[in-house]
Amino acid sequence: MNRQSNLYTVIYASVLVLAVGILLSVVYQGLRPRQLENIDNDTKRQILAAALIFPSEGQSVADLYAEHIKGAYIVNSNGQRVDDNLDPFKVKVATQVKLPADQRKLPVFECETSSGLKYVIPVYGAGLWGPIWGYVSFNEGSATIYGAYFGHEGETPGLGAEIEKPAFSSQFEGKSVLAPDGQFTSVAVVKAGHELASGDFVHAVSGGTITSQGVQNMLYNSLEPYKAFFDNIKSSNPDNTSKS
Amino acid sequence: MKISKSLLPLVTPLSKDNPVIVQVLGICSALAVTAKLEPAIVMTISVTAVLALANVIISALRNTIPTSIRIIVQLVVVAALVVVVDQVLKAFAYDVSKQLSVFIGLIITNCIIMGRLEAFALNNRPWPAFLDGIGNGLGYGIILVIVAFFRELLGSGTLLGCQVIPQWCYEHGYANCGLMILPPMALITVACIIWVHNRKAS
Repeated sequence: MNRQSNLYTVIYASVLVLAVGILLSVVYQGLRPRQLENIDNDTKRQILAAALIFPSEGQSVADLYAEHIKGAYIVNSNGQRVDDNLDPFKVKVATQVKLPADQRKLPVFECETSSGLKYVIPVYGAGLWGPIWGYVSFNEGSATIYGAYFGHEGETPGLGAEIEKPAFSSQFEGKSVLAPDGQFTSVAVVKAGHELASGDFVHAVSGGTITSQGVQNMLYNSLEPYKAFFDNIKSSNPDNTSKS
Repeated sequence: MKISKSLLPLVTPLSKDNPVIVQVLGICSALAVTAKLEPAIVMTISVTAVLALANVIISALRNTIPTSIRIIVQLVVVAALVVVVDQVLKAFAYDVSKQLSVFIGLIITNCIIMGRLEAFALNNRPWPAFLDGIGNGLGYGIILVIVAFFRELLGSGTLLGCQVIPQWCYEHGYANCGLMILPPMALITVACIIWVHNRKAS
């Protein structure tokens, strides 16, 4: 057969594309369950990291998650639990943060730690090159931040990408998103060396100004609808009144 | 040193015919993944694997491929291999695949791969084509690792994520050079390597 003829070319291309298509679908189907498990485990690892629990070498994240996360539910912007068949773990925070506050489904994960019950809340926003996200854990009784974890898709390595380092996220520990008078203020991210007149703040990543502003906006936008929920957990623990 | 002729495709790309600094291929990804050493190493392994396999497949098919669609055939083969590599990494090395994110997909556009398929695999038998793929992948990797070494050391003070510049230096006024992390310095570092390489060659 003439290898330069049109017929040969068309048949050759069709057979090749068909063969490649079959190969790729087999690979995809074969590896899919494993990939989904990896993604779930990664999310669980991030939720635990926000509550300052880190798996030791060789420890299964899924086991650790089952051990510490005692409850997960969805609240509305009035701080009430919503009876929903939706698994809080499967809520797409990326789409929720774009909705008006009163329509959002707000997932909460209850995490049992050595220093009491913590509430882990997902946050999501935009960095310089792409999405940034994170999980923030709050203390029962005082509604101050216990720990935070931030992740990003493609921030500049060494600059904006530093938000995922503990050096940045550990600054949030002990900060309050509520002002003493009960107003929601979030936590600001300000340039290192600068101060803020009122409200809690942390220092930005130097060289990562836009990413740092992204973190500030992400926290404000994602945490604001939880205001009523924060008020609830602040007054929920009667043991705490003796301490303050 | 005398090298047997059959091994030439493996050895020449390492220095004399290096894909990055002599053939000037694959510069784009050499700028993108060299801010840290670890992604540079993983990228080297992935590119070498894809290039060697694509070279073998194209070389085996070389007498059947219609000339008019040979570039498209090469693209389909390379794209399929890259997707397989990406899927395998996602299933078995999730952390690494997360770190490299878009760069794995960009292997398809790496000029070294199309360049070697056109220049070598289409005219040679599978075994030399395989050696050529490994050789060019490693030649690309050497440059990537050298550039990443300097960029990570001077830009972040770390190597493979471990701090190597002692805290003492920072306390006495040493500061990391933030410019090293930005893409322009990769270009300048590559240029310095080409300079040294040309001086040695002449």
